[in-house]
This record gives sequence, structure tokens and C-alpha cells, in this order.
Amino acid sequence: MFSLFKFKGGIKPPTYKADSVRFPIAAAPVPAQLIVPLHQSIGGQPHPLVQAGDRVRKGQRIGAPDKWISSAVHAPTSGTVIAIEERLAAHPSGLPTLSVVIEADGRDEWIKRQPVDYGRLEPEQVRELLRDAGVVGLGGAVFPSHAKLTAASDVPMEELVINGAECEPFMSCDDLLMRERGEDIVRGIGIFRDLLQPKRVLIGIEDNKPEAIAAMQAAVKAVGENFEVIAVPTLYPAGGAKQLIRVLTGKEIPASKRSPDLGVQCFNVATAYTAWRAIAFGEPVISRIVTLTGNVAQPRNWEVLLGTPLRDLVPLMQPKADTNRYVMGGPMMGFDMPGLDAPIVKATNCIIASSPAIFPPPAPEMPCIRCGACAEACPHELQPLELYWFARAHNFGKTQEYNLFDCIECGCCSYVCPSRIPLVQYFRFAKSEIWAREREKENADAARERFELRNEREEREKAEKAERLAKAAAARVAAPTQQPADTGQPATEQPAFDPDAAKKAAIAAAMERARKQREQVKPKNTDELTVAQRKEIAEIEARRVPLQEPQNASNAEIQRAQREEE
Amino acid sequence: MNFTSPPYLTQNVSVRRIMLQVLAALLPAIGVYLWLLGPIVLVQLAIATATALAAEAVMLKLVDKPLGLFLGDGSAIVTAWLIALAFPPMAPWWLIVVGVAFAIVVAKHLYGGLGQNPFNPAMIAFAVCIVSFPALMSRWPSLNMDASFADHVAVMFGQLPRLDAMNGATPLDTLKTALKLGEGQVSVGAILADTRIFGRMGGHGWEWVAAAYLAGGLWLWQRKVIGWHLPLSFLGGMVALSGALWLWNPAQFASPLFHLFSGGTMLGAFFIVTDPVSGSTTPKGKLIFGFAAGLIAYLIRVFGGYPDGVAFSVLLLNLCVPLIDLYTQPPIFGMKGEK
Amino acid sequence: MITAILIMALGAVILGAALGYASVKFKVQGNPLVEKIDAILPQTQCGQCGYPGCKPYAEAIAEGEADINRCPPGGMEGVRKLADLLGREVKPLDAEEKPKQVAIIDEQLCIGCTLCVQACPVDAIVGAAKQMHTVVASLCTGCELCVKPCPVECIHMERIVENIDTWKWKYPVFEIKRVA
Repeated sequence: MFSLFKFKGGIKPPTYKADSVRFPIAAAPVPAQLIVPLHQSIGGQPHPLVQAGDRVRKGQRIGAPDKWISSAVHAPTSGTVIAIEERLAAHPSGLPTLSVVIEADGRDEWIKRQPVDYGRLEPEQVRELLRDAGVVGLGGAVFPSHAKLTAASDVPMEELVINGAECEPFMSCDDLLMRERGEDIVRGIGIFRDLLQPKRVLIGIEDNKPEAIAAMQAAVKAVGENFEVIAVPTLYPAGGAKQLIRVLTGKEIPASKRSPDLGVQCFNVATAYTAWRAIAFGEPVISRIVTLTGNVAQPRNWEVLLGTPLRDLVPLMQPKADTNRYVMGGPMMGFDMPGLDAPIVKATNCIIASSPAIFPPPAPEMPCIRCGACAEACPHELQPLELYWFARAHNFGKTQEYNLFDCIECGCCSYVCPSRIPLVQYFRFAKSEIWAREREKENADAARERFELRNEREEREKAEKAERLAKAAAARVAAPTQQPADTGQPATEQPAFDPDAAKKAAIAAAMERARKQREQVKPKNTDELTVAQRKEIAEIEARRVPLQEPQNASNAEIQRAQREEE
Repeated sequence: MNFTSPPYLTQNVSVRRIMLQVLAALLPAIGVYLWLLGPIVLVQLAIATATALAAEAVMLKLVDKPLGLFLGDGSAIVTAWLIALAFPPMAPWWLIVVGVAFAIVVAKHLYGGLGQNPFNPAMIAFAVCIVSFPALMSRWPSLNMDASFADHVAVMFGQLPRLDAMNGATPLDTLKTALKLGEGQVSVGAILADTRIFGRMGGHGWEWVAAAYLAGGLWLWQRKVIGWHLPLSFLGGMVALSGALWLWNPAQFASPLFHLFSGGTMLGAFFIVTDPVSGSTTPKGKLIFGFAAGLIAYLIRVFGGYPDGVAFSVLLLNLCVPLIDLYTQPPIFGMKGEK
Repeated sequence: MITAILIMALGAVILGAALGYASVKFKVQGNPLVEKIDAILPQTQCGQCGYPGCKPYAEAIAEGEADINRCPPGGMEGVRKLADLLGREVKPLDAEEKPKQVAIIDEQLCIGCTLCVQACPVDAIVGAAKQMHTVVASLCTGCELCVKPCPVECIHMERIVENIDTWKWKYPVFEIKRVA
């Protein structure tokens, strides 16, 4: 009997999973137009490999990873690239992101797929293959998988944990995938196992999914592996990587460490599945299983092409009349889809049609009464009440002292809070403020350094110039014996004067050119000016005239300084 | 902006629900009072509740907070009931009003309202009144007297100065006075033999009140409204010190059982030290808070000048909460081996 | 009497020695206050405070010559931080607070005069004489010092807009009054 560990805290929300598991996975139709964001994983934004007007085929790489932590993006179907532009992203910000817009031609024509026998390849080549196939963590974190497939150099890899827990309510995409495509998953796990060489492979599935557990056990047997399929107690967030690792191995990974440092690594079942499809079939990640559920007539799991706009999925789920918005991800960690034009991406595991009945509007926030329910529910054993206090007061230094960055934003604290404080929201706010400040700090430090370097350089140049002048003066003092002063003077002055005048003339000519150009450009929007605006313009023009003079003077000065450098 | 934030699901909990459960847990003790003293206890509760709600409403209005939301949260009523039950039954009506108003206006709202008060408002009221009106706050009736409801009301509203049976002392006080008068010659056993005053464990009648608090407290614990750390450590602190002294000199010190079931021990353990706002929040901090409060309460009631020490010990510990919390932050996930 | 004097004298000697030792042992090079003030300033080097750069302004503040509210890029938050550090009163900003900006050179109009290159305090403009210049946006501090020297007015400032990578979660705000 396998002995399990426990993590502290956790909650037991209603699961709402039963509705969406009644039917098998179905393939969603190919939409007329796909919007494929280039940045679908953690890490660098891939750069586009195609241009507007290009014809692409299904599975063709359209975005190349830009560094090691980055992942390729592929055309989900065949068609024509009609634009590469900023489009609404499936992101809580509601901001656009650079996307490849493809008009499907309906033929769904594959590129030439090349299955490989990965056993013959070097591990490094397999990792590159996975990166170029766009294999990322499909549990929702979308971290490039190839970057997780290297064991720490000094710690032996002990356990490989495969995450089939799927603890978020409503979601059942992993459940169905395990039920229907268990063998591919097991073979994918085999790839990870071969790369990491762990002592044991543990597949953790929450015990509310007996069918998936049975299917995976059968699949493991069928493939002939020795992986252990383990039922873990249903307790949100058991499907968090760190929690599942804790439950299965007893190891706790703090925010300051990476799991390989403790000899363990964790992958989602769907990730293993796509890794196998990529290696053994040459099929890059162009689709994923998405649970469409919630306030709908047809809750079900669909295999959806990445880039399919949410709009095209609405007919599949048939939302009920009081649907007020769509949530991407689970109810605990998901977010409002910013619009129906936002596409399905690699991170989209679930779309929940929401209604006020399913997700009631947030109750008014009451003051914290320090009841400590949040601290009891926190799976990372933080003190959310203290963090809240400091985040609320914008005391970000203190939030970090109280380990803000160990927060996984699972939402347990908000779930149990009797005062209905959106705690996670405060923590996200504090985190992004801290990041922004760090960015600003970096920029300021860089600016300071450059400013100081520049000042130093100017000082140096000034000193050098003074030295040169002194030398020249010394030479002149020494000169009169050899050369008459009155012939030397114009000889040195004359050639220096000429280029100066020439430059001035050049600048004047250029200014004239520019002025003419400006005049041509100007009248664009001056037709419908108000009187006040006209007056303002006149004033500005009047102010400009005297400004030209001193500028010219300083120009000349600068030109002279430059000349001396030459 | 259409602002919604995950998690979209929340547990069916609210401040109001918690407060209502605390009120429900006080019902057994109120029932015992009703049985022993008659409906006068309800009059006392009513005065306290009305004062609390009025004071709360005025303060909320002043700071411009939504009345419906905050008046309905029940926190003011909890404070009112705790004060009504902690004060001597049949205390003059204005004393209750002063106590409750002070608790709500000064101890709660001047510090920022719900969730912001560093001190337990009910205990502030108790402390203020016992310091300002020591005679009135020490005038406890014995619970086996037979006087009519009309007499009770008359006492409460100043029509009757006092009833004969109101000998003016709690069992704790009686014991302390008797020991002092006996100057070491009288043993505790002999004093406590008077079951008319002392009952079987902690005071005739009062032990039933204490038992009712215990029952209500256990129900709160079972409902997970309160944790075990605070009550258990508070009782533990009380038992540890009283037990040690009792074992050392049983003639001069009453048994732990007596102390558990007399005075405000049970009320304190389950309803006062468990106040989350003014208490410690870390597991270790709660144990320290409760244990120290138990110890100090015992010291004050046995060696100090006041009949009971729960209020002052809790207030003293309230002062130490920031320090306790600072030094008892639990290690977080994955960092248990460190530092 | 004598003992008292001796004890006091001895005390003075010991304390004096301790102070002397401390001043040698913990000697601080430079003025740490200037560094701390400089760390708060936004390093735009724009000179809007009337000093030629952030460091000179920091020095002036440390000397007590300059007020703490003269840095518009630092905004009110900067004023507050400075007030915190120096124990001075928070004052309203001396100028209008502006959103972060970046300089953009209209490459069609640029004549390659290098004046802006020389004006830039952080060397964020690249370009040689008679060659088109351009602003390295990631290095630009938005100080506007290059705008004025340009003889053909081809430089303008653009507001930096939030993108998906710099987007920040907002402070949770609930209409608490609405419910009442």
C-alpha cells in the first residue's frame, strides 16, 4: 500500500464535474478564421516566421522560439495568413497581443509529418524537438516542457510526478483525456522518464475520478510500464504541482527552489500526451482538449484548434439565456474572457459560461476580523491576513517579508473568508506592483549608470581638449623662431573657417528643406481649428522666432567643438 | 469597469453568520440565568442590545459607513451580550448603558470599527466600569434568593437600593475575604463547605452558568467557529497555576476545579479570549496568548484586589498581540527546515 | 569628592575613547544620504528640478538647499518617499505630474545634426553626423531634453502605453456604499 502525505490547508468546493463527463471528447469544427497569438507560453515571445499573404499548412511553424525558455507556435489548419497584428488576447488585462490571423481554406492540409524514434536521438535533440513542436505545460501554467526535462546535475532524480489530479471545479478535460487516450499519455510519460531517468514514476489522480484511474491503470499495463497510478484525496488544490508533489512524495518545494533541486519533477497528463503526439506522429501542439461547461445546454469536452475565437465555440455549448460572461480556466483561478474575439490558447483548459446563479456577484467586502480562516486554508501555510494588511497599505516590502511570492494564487483564502475580502486580488496587485517597481528600479539604475558614464566621458574629453590646447599654445610659443607669426595666423585660421561656414550653410539648407517638408505636411488637420487653437498656434510661432537665434549660436559652438575633435 | 475576480466560488460564510453562531452559543447560559434568576436577565440583555445598536448606528453614520451592512453583521450585539453577561445581574441600567456605549464608541469605533480594535471591547467596558464604579460592579446577587421580578426591576432602575440577599460578593470574592479574615487559620475546605454559597464546584448556581458556557463553547468549537488553541490554553494556564498552588498548599488555595467553574473562567475561555480581532492569530501565538491570559487571570483573582481577573488579563495580553504575532509566525510550506 | 571627580573623569575618558574608536571604525565614505536620495529619484536626468541631473539634485536636497517637491517624473510618490527618508513634510509637487513618456524621432525629418545626441543625458540616441538618428526606446528616460535642441523639430514625446507584459493587476475596489 502506497502511503500518502498531506498538505496543510485546502478546501472542498463543490466539483460540478459530472455534467461535462457524460459524453466523449468531440472535435470542434474548424473556424473560418483563427487568431493564433505568438506568445502562448512562459518565456520569450516567438518571432513570426510568416508574412501576411503567405499560405500555411496545418502544423507549419509560424512562430519560432526566441530563446531557450520559449516555445514554437504552429498553424492549426491550412489557409492563408491575412495579417500579423495585435489582437485581443485571452488574458485578464483585455489588452491585445501580436497574433497571426489565418483564414482557413477548409482543406485542413497537413505539412509532411515526420515521426521520430526518439530512442536514437540525443536527449538534447529530443528537448529541441519538443520545443519546436510547441510542447508546453497544458495544466494552465504553459511553461515550456523541454526546459523542465533536465535533471539537476548534483541531485539524482527520484520521482517523476504526473499530474492528473485536476482539482479545479467544473474542469474535466484531463479526466476525459485519461479515459480515452491513456496509452498515448503513458507513452508520453515514457519520453519524460527516459530524459529524466527518475527512480519512480507516480501518476496522481484525485479519487473522484475512478474511471480515469482505472483507464490509466489499464493503459500502464497495456504499454508494459511500471508507473504507479495513485488515487489522491479530493482536496483543492491537490492538482497544484507543489501540492501533488507533497502528497505523493512528501517533498515541499518553496518558491525559492526548483523541483529538480529536490529530485522531483512534475508534468500534466495532457502535456505528456502532446509530447508523444509530437515525437511519435510529428504532430505539433495545434489543438487541445477544452471543457465547455457552466450555464450551458451542452456541457462537454471538445478538441479545439488553438486560435479558435471564443465566438465560434458558443454554438457548441449553447449557453442559456442568463449567461453574462465567460470564464477561462476554473472558478478558483480563472479569469473573465475579455471578449468573444479572444482565442483559445494553450492555457485554455476550460471555458465556463457564467451566470449570476452559478457565480454570484461578489458580496461587499467587510473589514478583516482576523479570524484566521485564510491561514488555515492556505496550502502554502502563509498568513494571508497579514499579507492582506500590508498589501492593502501598499507596504510591499513587508509583503515580501511575509513570503508573498510563495503564494500560488489558488484562491483558498478568498474562498473561506467570512468578510468576503478578495485576498488573491490584493496579492496579485502587490505582486505586479513589486514587479513594476523592480523594472523601474532596473531602468533607473541603468539610466544612472549611463548618465555617470557620459559625465565621465565629457570630463575626460574636456581634460583632453585642454591638454591639446595647452600643447598647441606651447608649440606656438616655440614656433615664432622658425615661422613668421603673421603668415602662420591666416594659414591656420583660414581652412578652419571654411568648413565651419560650409557646415552652417549645410544646416541652413537642411532647415530650409525641413521647413518646406513641414509646410507640406502641416495643413492636414488645420482646417477645423477653433479660434482659440489658432490663437495658440500664432503664439507658439511667435515664441519660436527668437528661439532660432540662440540655437543657431549654440549650433555654431557645438560645430566648433566637433571640429576640434577631428 | 466590470470588475470580477477569482475565485468565483465562495463558501457560504459571512461575518454575520459567525456572529449569529456566537450569539446562539450564549443561549444555554442565558437559559440557566433565566432559570435561576428569572426574566430580569432578559431585561439586562435588552438594555445592552438596544444601547449597542444605537451607539453602533450613530458611529457608523458619523464615519459614513453603510448602516445596513455593518449594523446587520451582529458584532455589536455580541459585544452587548458579552457585557450584559459579564456584568453583575441586576446592575443599574445606566451602568450597562455606560459600559456598552463605551465599548462600542471608544473601544471599537474610535479605533476604526469592526476588525480594527486592538482591545476586546467587552472587556474594556468591564475594566472601565469596575475601575469607575467598583462598588456597583461588585454587587452580585446570590442566585438562590427569592425575590419577585418586580423587585429585580426595582433594583435595576434604582427604586430599591438593594435586596437583602444581595450580599455583594461572588463566591470567588467570598472565598478571598474569608481567607483574609481567617489569617491562615481557616482552611479552604472549611470555607467551601458552605454549599449554600459555593455549591459543589464553583459557587451555588454559578457552576451551572459556567457549565452552560462550556457547552456553548464546545458547540462553537464543533462548528469550527473557534479553534481549540485559545480556550484550551486559557483553561490550561488557569489549571496549571491553580493546580500547582493547590498541590503545594490545599488549605490556602482552592482546587483547579473550583477556579474553572467560578467567576468568568468559562465565559473568558470560550467567548472572550477567542475574540479574533484583538487576539493572536498564529497557532503558537494563540497558545501563548491563552496560557498567559489564564495565568494572569488567576493571579489577579487570587492575589489582586479585584474579584476576578479575566478582563484585565485579556486586556494585558491584547497589548502583547503584535509582539506575540511577530515572533510566532509559522514556517511556510517548504521552509520548515530553515532558520 | 575626589572619587566622584575621578569617576566622572574616568567615564569621560572611556566614552571619549569609545567615540573615537567608533568614528575610525565606522567611518563612512562619502555622504550616504546623497546615495539614498539618489536611489529614490527616478534617474530621468531631465533637469526639471533646476539641477543638471538627479545626483546634483540629490546633493542639493542633502545639503538642505533644494526642496523635495521639484521632481515631476518622480511624482507625488517620490515626494512621499523623500519626505519619509528625510523626515520632512510632504508637499504638493512643484509641477504637473506627467505620465511616463518616450522620445520619438521622425526619421523623415531628421537631418542628422547630432544636437539631440549631445543633449541626451543617458546616451539613448544613436546616430552619426548627417545620418538619421533614432532613440533607443528602452534606454530613453523621457526627459524631453532632446526635444528643444532639434533644429527641425522632428522629436516628439509619446506616452508609454501599457502592454500585456507591463500590465498590472489593479487594486481591488468595491463600491461599499452602493449596498446600503
